[in-house]
Amino acid sequence: MLRRTPSMNPTPAARRAIHPPPGPTSPFPYQPGSLLSAGDLSLAEISQILSRARFLEHEDPLKRDRILSKRKIALLFYESSTRTRTSFELAAKALGADTTLVSSLSSSIEKGESLKDTGLTLRALGAEAIILRHNSSGAPWLLEAETRLPVLNAGDGMHEHPTQALLDLRTMLTHLRPGVTAVDAETLAGVTVTIVGDIMHSRVARSNMMLLPRLGARVVLCGPRELLPEVAGLVGPGMILERNFDSALHQSQVVMMLRIQGERLAGLQLDLEEYKANYQLTGPRLAAHAPKAVVMHPGPIIRGMEVTAGVADGVQSVILEQVTNGVAIRMAVVERALTAGGAA
Amino acid sequence: MTALVIKGGHLLDPAAGVDGLKDILLKDGHVVEIAGAGKLKQANGAEVVDATGLTVAPGLVDIHVHLREPGQGYKETIATGTAAAAAGGFTTVAAMPNTRPVNDSPEITRWMQSSERGACVRVFPIAAATRGSKGEAINDYAALKAAGAVAVSDDGLPILKDGTMREALAAAARVGLTVIQHAEDTRMTAGGSMNAGPVAFKLGLRGMPAEAETSIVERDIRLVSELREARPHLHVAHTSTAGAMAAVRQARRNGLRVTCEVAPHHFLLTDEHVGLYNTHAKMCPPLRSAADRDAMIEAILDGVVDAIATDHAPHAVHEKEVEFENAPNGITGLETALGLSLYWLHKEWKMPMGRVLSLLSAQPAALLGLKGRGTLAVGSFADVVIFDPKAEWSYRARETKSKSRNTPFDGWTMLGRVRWTISEGRVVYSNPA
Repeated sequence: MLRRTPSMNPTPAARRAIHPPPGPTSPFPYQPGSLLSAGDLSLAEISQILSRARFLEHEDPLKRDRILSKRKIALLFYESSTRTRTSFELAAKALGADTTLVSSLSSSIEKGESLKDTGLTLRALGAEAIILRHNSSGAPWLLEAETRLPVLNAGDGMHEHPTQALLDLRTMLTHLRPGVTAVDAETLAGVTVTIVGDIMHSRVARSNMMLLPRLGARVVLCGPRELLPEVAGLVGPGMILERNFDSALHQSQVVMMLRIQGERLAGLQLDLEEYKANYQLTGPRLAAHAPKAVVMHPGPIIRGMEVTAGVADGVQSVILEQVTNGVAIRMAVVERALTAGGAA
Repeated sequence: MTALVIKGGHLLDPAAGVDGLKDILLKDGHVVEIAGAGKLKQANGAEVVDATGLTVAPGLVDIHVHLREPGQGYKETIATGTAAAAAGGFTTVAAMPNTRPVNDSPEITRWMQSSERGACVRVFPIAAATRGSKGEAINDYAALKAAGAVAVSDDGLPILKDGTMREALAAAARVGLTVIQHAEDTRMTAGGSMNAGPVAFKLGLRGMPAEAETSIVERDIRLVSELREARPHLHVAHTSTAGAMAAVRQARRNGLRVTCEVAPHHFLLTDEHVGLYNTHAKMCPPLRSAADRDAMIEAILDGVVDAIATDHAPHAVHEKEVEFENAPNGITGLETALGLSLYWLHKEWKMPMGRVLSLLSAQPAALLGLKGRGTLAVGSFADVVIFDPKAEWSYRARETKSKSRNTPFDGWTMLGRVRWTISEGRVVYSNPA
């Protein structure tokens, strides 16, 4: 009964006009206030967030305090964090909300409680939105599906960190397009943003890759093969791979440096001296190739590794501005989480 | 045992070359007589199944299922897994050995076939190729075969080492067993949870490269070629990459005894179907690129593929309701294989129905040497599926007979509604219109 192949030269299925089943349709996000991926936001929603960020930043703190007065927000953190956790917390409190922090090292998560059960528990305790930082890519989608609460993705594995992309955008606009908060497909036309380093493991890179090309920016990805596989260039339009740091710098109005994520290297061996020689942003390199570029870094910075101390503290660096912008952006995003869809 | 007559149906038995209106008499678990409509000679007193307007075909044969017993009865039992098989039209299933403990002994092989397990269709165990499926020491294949094993495999894991695989192929050939390989170079897939490529990169998931499958299939074929005097039979489980399929094609041209199966999800879905971390689209091998999927379709239509096998791999709901990386591999498949194959291969891609049915019965039965299965010739086992070939219906995972419902095909349109499944003369599933 075993058949022999009748065809020596198989034609591609496409030539037989085979129509395969359709791809999946996404039910996400379930909640209008959720922010799971930077790619979920329309340009109008981005503009709205930027304009609310500016408004809330300048609002009278006593009035601001009443916007989410006594509303309950849970921060659920499976990974350590300084900037993101603190700025989300400060943002929520600035709007008057009550926040509670659950972190994996001081909760029943240590005892083996699942993400689903932890989420349902927080909901039962009255949480109206959950801000989630998780070491597994995709965890916010699971949490939203199980709790049906608005979920704010504060970083999921190697996947996305959408509020970081928004605060990066706000920082870029301040320097390149001062006064602009309403964005469109041309806002960043003519701007080249180079993202440098450990792109493979970076959720900041992915969120920026999902966001910036939609505003007209050219995104150049720069790094060694181990940290920047060729496939990265295929994830969407407007992405260019450039292995040579100097020529990437030469084209750039914005340089975004990334930390090498030792915790996610998974056995990958990397020659750090060689890496520094090729990809460390030093004062002379910056002066020679991009003397006017804005230097960004999502933090945490490892001084002497991806950037020298001189560059981190130098006049082109906007690293601390990024941190400050984080609070304003997160106020807008937290407000949106609890008021989108007319729930407030 | 009472006799049973199937009257008025359209008998489609590709192995026997029958395609027409026939009445069939089943008695004592076997096919006793086949005659033109109303012409049976020995039908007096027999119970009648009216198959008017329906297709009558040999019961389906799935050579790749996980029934989870012994050890993981919360996912599936032999009783519930075979109930799902019967609902899907299958009358024969071959059960993989990655149970707890691993089925690497004649005792467990016999235990699985005991009537106490409550199987409603025939279960043939596939025994572990190596002790504990650890890929080191070869098991006693003669003893396993004597206990009822129909093949050896470490499925779920590859037989990775060249020396071990060579030894397994040679030892299996000596006793006339097939070695079924789960082709995955686990040195290349560690930490991966989906197919490597742009989709995995975008989702921030570590990838399992197609090369990890292709390279093992190529290595195995090389070993079969080196051992060709002994005529070993290599069967490639759940083939999913264009490269692996090309290697199988070439091996066949070279006259080697190399066969392969493809699962419905690998000829229908791609890594895009992972969507936003749908754990019901996570299995091993993973859903591949569109080019790989198209190569599976092509190979099925060309006749390179020997069998459609489901890799039915039930998991409890709570096990799949977790982060994608942490979810176990596998989906259920026994209830959807016929409906999906008829809808897509036959209706959409114009493969003759007899050839589709052959891939689901005659060919898999032949490749594992299951005598009297996969055909309804007189003297064969009375294993029959009777289905409405025109009925289109929507699969509902919540109505499954399996203990688990981890399927990406919930809500998909199926063609061909099973009305009766008969295993060795007993009606084990009925769903009259």
